[in-house]
Amino acid sequence: MSTYVDPYASSRETTEGTVFSVTGGDWDSLVTEIGQAKEERVVVNMGPQHPSTHGVLRLVLELEGETVTEVRCGIGYLHTGIEKNTEYRSWTQGVTFVTRMDYLSPIFNETAYCLGVEKLLGIEAPERANQIRVMMMEFNRISSHMVALGTGALELGALSPMIFCFRERERVLDIFELVSGLRMNMAYVRPGGVAQDLPKGAIAKIRETVAELRKNFKDNEKLLVGNSIWMKRTEGIGYLDLAGATTLGITGPVLRSTGLPWDLRKIAPYCGYEQYDFDVVTADTCDVYGRFLIRIAELEQSLRIIEQACDKLEKSEGQPVMVADKKIAWPSQLSVGNDGMGNSLDHIREIMGESMEALIHHFKLVTEGFQVPAGQVYVAIESPRGELGVHLVSDGGTRPYRVHFREPSFNNLQSTSAMCEGSMVADIIGAVASIDPVMGGVDR
Amino acid sequence: MSNDERGSFGIHGTGDTSGYGGLVRNQVSPGSTERPFGGYFDQVTDDLERAYPDFADAIERIVVDRGELTLHIKRERLVDVALILRDRLKFENCLGVSGVHYPADTNRELHAVYPLLSMTNNQRIRLEVSVPDSDPHIPSLVEVWAGNNWNERETFDMFGIVFDGHPGLTRILMPDDWQGHPQRKDYSLGGIPVEYKGATTPPPNERRSYK
Repeated sequence: MSTYVDPYASSRETTEGTVFSVTGGDWDSLVTEIGQAKEERVVVNMGPQHPSTHGVLRLVLELEGETVTEVRCGIGYLHTGIEKNTEYRSWTQGVTFVTRMDYLSPIFNETAYCLGVEKLLGIEAPERANQIRVMMMEFNRISSHMVALGTGALELGALSPMIFCFRERERVLDIFELVSGLRMNMAYVRPGGVAQDLPKGAIAKIRETVAELRKNFKDNEKLLVGNSIWMKRTEGIGYLDLAGATTLGITGPVLRSTGLPWDLRKIAPYCGYEQYDFDVVTADTCDVYGRFLIRIAELEQSLRIIEQACDKLEKSEGQPVMVADKKIAWPSQLSVGNDGMGNSLDHIREIMGESMEALIHHFKLVTEGFQVPAGQVYVAIESPRGELGVHLVSDGGTRPYRVHFREPSFNNLQSTSAMCEGSMVADIIGAVASIDPVMGGVDR
Repeated sequence: MSNDERGSFGIHGTGDTSGYGGLVRNQVSPGSTERPFGGYFDQVTDDLERAYPDFADAIERIVVDRGELTLHIKRERLVDVALILRDRLKFENCLGVSGVHYPADTNRELHAVYPLLSMTNNQRIRLEVSVPDSDPHIPSLVEVWAGNNWNERETFDMFGIVFDGHPGLTRILMPDDWQGHPQRKDYSLGGIPVEYKGATTPPPNERRSYK
C-alpha cells in the first residue's frame, strides 16, 4: 500500500463522506480506505472510458458480492465552457454554441435558446418558422430516441437493434441535411425564426421518409418488445416512482414512466404545439422497460406531428420564416448549396455589386449583432430527455450577460443512485441507459 | 442593476471612429412592480403572504417582467419560504439554481436564481437571492428539493457561492484542484491569438465588443 499522495487526485471529506477527485488516479486512496473497513466490500471504478456508461461518465460502485451498495457519479469530463463562451459572442452566434451541448438534440437546444431570446426581445417567430421548428424538433426527437433505444439495447448485449436504429437515424439526418445543409449541430433555428426556408421538394421527401420510418419502426419494435431476454434485463430494473422522481426533479420519459402525463408540449405549449393532435405516452411500471416502451411509442406520436406539420407547411408555402424586423433578421438569405449552407449568390451580388447600404447593414448586423433589452427570462421546452430550460440574462447589450441551461440529462442523472443502489451490478447498465444521459449536455 | 455605456455601440475606450462617441445610454433592469401583477401572480403572492406572516420582511422586492414573476428574497428566510412554497403552495419542483455575477451591483454581486414549478397548478415563479462577494453564503435547499444537489454544486463550482448545509459541496464540472470560479465576470475567458494566412485573430475576450 502506497503512502504517496497524488497532488492531482486528492479526496475531500464532506458530511456525506469522502468525495473522490474527478481527475481519477485516486486508486491508492480507495484501496487504503477499503483496507481499513471492517466489512468485506469491493469498490469498482466504472468509466469514464467504459463502453456501457453511455458516454464519459465515471461511476464509483461499492459492491457486496454482486449487489451494489453505493453508486456515485463523476461527471465533468466533457465540460467545454459553452455557457461562458456565449457571453463573448453575439446573441445570434450563441445558437452555434448551444447546439453543441446536447449533441443528440441540437434543434431543441437551439429552439429553447431562441425562444428565450425572442421572449427577451418581445417578438414572436412567424407561423411558418414555428411549423418548421416543430417539424425539425420532432424529427430530432426521433433521431435522439433512436440512439437511446439503439445504444440502450447495445449496452445490454443486443446488437441488431442498434444497427437498425442507427439506420433509421440516418434517414432523419438526411432530412436535416436536406433542410439545413448539416446533419448535426445545424445552428438552423435563429432568434426570430429559422435560417432559411425549406428547399424545393422537401415536403415530398419528408412524407416519403415518414412512411418509410413508420414501416421500419414496426419491424424494430418486434426486435425488442416482448423479447424475453430483453424483458428480463429491463423489467423491474431501475425502479423510481413518482415521489422519487418529483423529489429529484426528474422529467421526460423517466417521469412519464411513473404514470404522470407531464409533457410541456401539452402542459405549456410553445411553437404552436396546441394546434397539433398527439398523445402523451405514459407507463406505470416505473422501470427501465417502461421507459423504453415510452420512447418507442413516442416515435409514432412524433411521426403524427410531422405529418400535421407537413400539411400546415404546404398551406403556408411562401410565407416568411424570419421576423420582418431587418434589425434582427440575419441579412444574408442563406441557401443550401452543393457544399452545405451558405450565403445565397443573389445576396452576395446585391451587397457586393448593387447596394452600399445593404453592405453596411450586413456588416453591422453580423459584426455587432442586435441589442436585447435588459432583463431575465426562463423558458422551458420538452426535449427528448425532459424539461430543457434556459435562463437568459441580458444587460441590454449585443451579447448575452448570462446563459444557463437547465439540462434534463444533468438533473436526471442524479437519480442513478436512487435507481441502482440495492440492485445487481449488471442492472446499472440498464438503469443508466434508461435515463439516456448525454454527457455533452450534462457537462456543457 | 444599471451601468452606463458609452459610444455609439457601447464601445469602451477608443474603439469608436464614427464620431458618435459622446452618446451615453443608460441601461436599467426592470424595477419593482406594483400590484396588480396579473395572471396567477397575485394569487400566488397573496397565498404566500397568508401562509408566511413575515412576508413583508422576507421579500425584498417583487418583479413582474415579460410575464414572469421574480421574488427577491433575503437569504436568511430562503429555506422557510421554500418550505411553504413547496408544502402549502404546491411548488413541488425546483428546476435548479442559476448563478449570475453582477460585479457592478455593490454588496449584492452574486445572485442565485431558482426557477420553481408547480406541477399541481401548472405555475412557474422564480426566487432570486443576492449576496455580497465578501460573504457568498446562501442556505442550501437540498433538504427542501433533493434534486438541487448537483445544481448547487455546479453553482458553487462556477460562481463560488457557498451553499451552507449542502451534504457534499464540492466541485462537479471542473477538476477538484481547480483555482477560481470560471463563470464569474472577473474570470477571463482566456484563449490564444490565432494566425491564419498572415492575419492574426485575437482571442474572443480581447476582440472589440459592441455593447
